[in-house]
Amino acid sequence: MQIPEIVGAGLIVIGAGLGIGKIGGSAMDAIARQPEASGKIQTAMIIAAALIEGIGFAALFAK
Amino acid sequence: MVISKKPLQFILVVTMALMPFISTANPTNDSTKVESHATTKATKVVHEKEHSEPQDEKSRIKEFINHHLLDSHSFYFNANEETGEHYGFSLPIILWDNGFQVFSSSKFHNGEEVAEHNGNYYVLHHEKIYKTDASGKLNEEHGHPTNVRPLDLSITKSVIGIIGIALLMFFLFTGLAKSYGKNGGIAKGPGRFFEPLVIYIRDEMAIPNIGEKNYKKYMSYLLTVFFFIFFLNILGLTPFGFNITGNIAITFSLAILTYIITTFTANKNYWSHMLWMPGVPVLLKPFLALIELLGTIIKPFSLMIRLYANMLAGHVVLMSIIALMFFFKSWIGSPLSFALAFFLSILEILVAFLQAYIFTMLTSLYFGAGNEEHHHEEAHH
Repeated sequence: MQIPEIVGAGLIVIGAGLGIGKIGGSAMDAIARQPEASGKIQTAMIIAAALIEGIGFAALFAK
Repeated sequence: MVISKKPLQFILVVTMALMPFISTANPTNDSTKVESHATTKATKVVHEKEHSEPQDEKSRIKEFINHHLLDSHSFYFNANEETGEHYGFSLPIILWDNGFQVFSSSKFHNGEEVAEHNGNYYVLHHEKIYKTDASGKLNEEHGHPTNVRPLDLSITKSVIGIIGIALLMFFLFTGLAKSYGKNGGIAKGPGRFFEPLVIYIRDEMAIPNIGEKNYKKYMSYLLTVFFFIFFLNILGLTPFGFNITGNIAITFSLAILTYIITTFTANKNYWSHMLWMPGVPVLLKPFLALIELLGTIIKPFSLMIRLYANMLAGHVVLMSIIALMFFFKSWIGSPLSFALAFFLSILEILVAFLQAYIFTMLTSLYFGAGNEEHHHEEAHH
């Protein structure tokens, strides 16, 4: 693997990590505000996380 | 029970934790390997052409990982590297090459010999079948053979896995359906474990997304796809070396089915909203139509890539860590690798369920988008 490929893979992981981290953080804030809605928030969080992870993996494999 | 369960559980866990020390039982010096290679060369040169057995550690690990990741024409559980014997059975090969040629893959002798059938010679190279002449010559170009490849319709390991899972699902769910009649509305039998999942898919995925009116005609596809992906993912975690959902052809077919069903069962509102979106300036409408059309292709495409990449990456990482266990033949490296592989396997079970859930949820969202009722726009100019 060349250096640009390694740098690219690192950037992809940083992007995916930041995205999912942000979603997780706001999900936790929302659950703290309204614990009875935690089921729906969890569902939406998982869906968003899976979408972002899908892009991350697609980018990693298309390198 | 007279004795309590706690010491028994403790003993069980300790036994499992100490299992990776078995890896230190292999001899580490390479000289024995080289010797056996020389002797096997002498005895086998008579009836086999020269096939270099991979003897050094890295290529053995690669072969082990490839056995678990790639589809293969024979179903073997493990191979004895010294004698080259594979324990398992060969699957039939069905080719279309001026008529159906059906023969057993044992004629290939695990990729080493040229198979001859009805005057045609075939050779197996990296699990692909090429047509050659009697000497088994492959015309290589840029590292890839350029021989003619007959249409390969054989029954490979993945096909056996899919057929097995299909039969399992069929018997499980028909048993569940029948048990309702016999027991007055209460499920009995092994299928009842999946009843909450079926109800969840109906109540939380199909009805909210597709609507009360016509969710029923999509339910069969949603349920099938969910349990198909879930069972196939779990099958990939067993030690038989199945990697079915990590195969892009399989996920491609599932995504194509979703695309076909969304396209052909969408109602008029879907197409009219897509191609001529209301509430948008007229100059932008053609561009939006183009982007929306592209979106219909990209959405199933992302379904395909998501499932494929998640499963393949999980398998690659898991197999590499297990192979690492035998690579580090030490007292501290192997148990750590084992622990990591163990926890990663548990994570993989979660990922198996999650990927099936996400695929089904997004599919139901796409079906719902195709079945939207016409909402009256408030701000009509």
